[in-house]
Amino acid sequence: MKNQKCKGMQDLLPEDMLRFRRIEDVFRTCCRSWGYQEVRTPTLEYLHLFTATGTLTPSMLSKVYSFLDWDGWSGERVVLRPDGTIPVARLYIDKLSGQELARLFYVTNIFAFEGTGKENRERWQCGAEFFGGAKSAPDVEIILLAEEIIRRLGISNVGLQLSHAGLVKALLKEFKLSPGEEAKMTNRILEGNWQALTKAKSATPEIDRLIAALLGLKGKSSSFLHNLKASFPKASQDFKSSLEDLINVTTLLDNLGCSYKIDIAAIHGFEYYTGVCFQFLAAGEKIGGGGRYDNLVPLMNGEDIPACGFALYVDPIMELLPLEKEKKGESGILVKGKELTPEIVKTCFAVAESLRDAGYPAELDFTGREESNYRWVVLVSGKEPSPFMLTDCVQGRQRDAASMAEILKVVSEG
Amino acid sequence: MKDYQAGYIKLALPKGRFLSPTASVLAEIDLGFQDYSDKTKQYRLRSAKFPGLSAKILQEKDISIQVAVGNYDLGICGSDWIEEFLVKYPAGALVKISSLNYGEGSIHVVASTQAGIANLDELSARGNDYRIVSEYPNLAEAFALNLRMRRFRIFPVWGAAEAYPPENADLAVLWGKSGADIATQGLIPLKRLLPVTAFLIANRESLENKDLSRILTCFSSKLTADLPACSPYDFGRRAEAWQAGPQTSIENGLDISEELKGTRPLWQAKEINLALPDGHQQAPTSQFLKRTGLALQGYSEEVVSRRPSADLDWLGIKVIRPQDMPLQVANSNFDLAITGEDWLLEHLYRFPSSPVKKLFALGFGAVKIVAAVSQEMPVADVDELRSVVQSSKLAPLKVASEYIDIADRYLRDNHINPYKLIPTWGASEAFLPEDADMLIDNVQTGKTLKQHKLKIIDVLFRSSACLIANKDSLASSDKKGEMEFLTQKLRAGL
Repeated sequence: MKNQKCKGMQDLLPEDMLRFRRIEDVFRTCCRSWGYQEVRTPTLEYLHLFTATGTLTPSMLSKVYSFLDWDGWSGERVVLRPDGTIPVARLYIDKLSGQELARLFYVTNIFAFEGTGKENRERWQCGAEFFGGAKSAPDVEIILLAEEIIRRLGISNVGLQLSHAGLVKALLKEFKLSPGEEAKMTNRILEGNWQALTKAKSATPEIDRLIAALLGLKGKSSSFLHNLKASFPKASQDFKSSLEDLINVTTLLDNLGCSYKIDIAAIHGFEYYTGVCFQFLAAGEKIGGGGRYDNLVPLMNGEDIPACGFALYVDPIMELLPLEKEKKGESGILVKGKELTPEIVKTCFAVAESLRDAGYPAELDFTGREESNYRWVVLVSGKEPSPFMLTDCVQGRQRDAASMAEILKVVSEG
Repeated sequence: MKDYQAGYIKLALPKGRFLSPTASVLAEIDLGFQDYSDKTKQYRLRSAKFPGLSAKILQEKDISIQVAVGNYDLGICGSDWIEEFLVKYPAGALVKISSLNYGEGSIHVVASTQAGIANLDELSARGNDYRIVSEYPNLAEAFALNLRMRRFRIFPVWGAAEAYPPENADLAVLWGKSGADIATQGLIPLKRLLPVTAFLIANRESLENKDLSRILTCFSSKLTADLPACSPYDFGRRAEAWQAGPQTSIENGLDISEELKGTRPLWQAKEINLALPDGHQQAPTSQFLKRTGLALQGYSEEVVSRRPSADLDWLGIKVIRPQDMPLQVANSNFDLAITGEDWLLEHLYRFPSSPVKKLFALGFGAVKIVAAVSQEMPVADVDELRSVVQSSKLAPLKVASEYIDIADRYLRDNHINPYKLIPTWGASEAFLPEDADMLIDNVQTGKTLKQHKLKIIDVLFRSSACLIANKDSLASSDKKGEMEFLTQKLRAGL
């Protein structure tokens, strides 16, 4: 039995956890400092939460881990959480809907079957949701928050791409498809297949021109959108108002000195977005994304509350962070007994406790192995007048110590 | 494990509906097996023409799975069971080679004429919680998801799906010969999901690595030329055919329903609902009911009606599979049911807090639930089996059973580890010894097991027919009088 790990799952080893915690720590610190509060939702949710809202595409729904619970004779299926936002929206509706504004964040795992073996079936994300914030300043807030976290993590060459779900929907409307065909086309687009749209029979040459412009050009400022607006005066009202919305957000971003690229294709996977959408890319990988989803809370039988949010994908971000080793060398102290008599073992525990009380990490060793990678080693011999021998692993010096107080004094003087 | 050099090829052949047409096709292409007929008691067949070719007769439901897991290189089974597998496991190792162009009917999504559902758009628009009953739970789920149904529940059943709507289900996904045939059952076909034809299928790995050409050549005259362009191999993962297929939806649904309104009595809610078994249990149950003096029309050995009637105007009766009854009683679709203790236990192991209760055993349909292995396996009891599995000579132990939860519990309680369960749809003995090491199944006399060179190593429990009830119905003051009357009446037949 060499490999007993479940297919598609991953172990996080100590060096992975160092990077994981670093991401989490930066994320938590930033979110708190922006006034967001942490929540945690359960691993199991009802399947109907994700179908009822029409928020996951059928292809995503076909990959959820769903099953009947032990009391599931009624046929009500439960799922391993396939998405981070919907459970938080449920929590908001269930517990916090009295609050007009709620800024929430979470660190969570999500589950989706993945058959190619290229990705994990359990993935981690750090997400933040802003309930009750109407456009456009809240959109900018979440973009800037995500950007700050990524910056503080030290990831360089990160691209921000902006799109708008309303623009995409307005474009689709122009094709005058039947509701069934439109749903299929939406799915294809959300799965990243934009060719489907260019291949479809279009309504007018004007629309063809518009689609070609949107897919071919990548604007870098709100001016691009003003140009679009001026070039396509005949676009539908829906299209124009979505464009206006995107102009408002980009103008704010321009004023704040935040650079981005407008790419209508930068919308992926979720049906629940209604407004501005964005994603972050680094080294060719998507490392995060989000957007505005004003219809989600009402669709889930909540009140008419606008909302937006984002998630950062922990797994690809971990790949971008440098590996680090646990740095015991700086302050770590190893306490070991010369012999393992009950008296000496007791003293070892007492010494380690005093060191920890004084703020130093102290590890015990009862194996007698030679240890490096520590700042200090305290050898307990128990023999008076100097029952301790202190080794300075950095300077390579040894000295006897008569008491705990003496050890602490030497250690503190470095 | 696979021996490519030796050139052994294993073929899985269907029982039931496709047995005779498959046998004739095989005879026609000179690939006949002597004992492949309706009368055979054999599961294992050898080819006279190809010494390296062996075949096994399996339930169609099992064939797609068995070919996918690689126990068989090739198989023949209906497109419905292939798609039922592929829609859930699109990346599985099952490859459709070609339709063999026989088979009839289609898988349809149907509603009752009395449900007031005229087309599919209404289904996705309404926020209702739809109950969908089907022998094809994966196809049913894919259908509901693709239609963006807001809320739905799938009830997998062993059979008799047509009996459920409208009281016990809103929709059924089932086989029907034609729209008209479905209409005679009081149902409206809303959408045709796929036509049912026999397919030649293969295991991907076998097809990629093993020389199957001698056998495939035999089929060459049968491989359809008029399949959609490109290669004869349909490597399509997902069943595009049925998703994008001709949408013969609604098939004059409204007209049918109008016609039927005149001819069929409208279903009326009854105060107490009783489920009676079909299949093997029908004859003894019918005899038992005669002794109780309960006069029933449409439930004798000769007549098979899904809705027999009784001389009690408050009693509704339906005939369904005994395997499906505990779940149906738990869901209050029925207050009382006659089923087997084995199926009640299977249900309670799966759903420990289910509100289903056994009232009393009825004294017929006695079977033993046993664990059996090949006579050649050197173990006499479960303790010896445990040591063999622990020594990893036989790890994981492959266990075939139609009682998945009973088998699971038995193996866990006996600390057999590791093991793998192979769900079957009856006739688990066909799986031993090649495709499973042990079976957990019911036996009456044990004769069949002996015939197949198997031996019983443990008796799990004894089971017979019993009356089960929904606990809430028993406690309900509205139903109390009728429930007591009926149980007394049934008790009188003991």
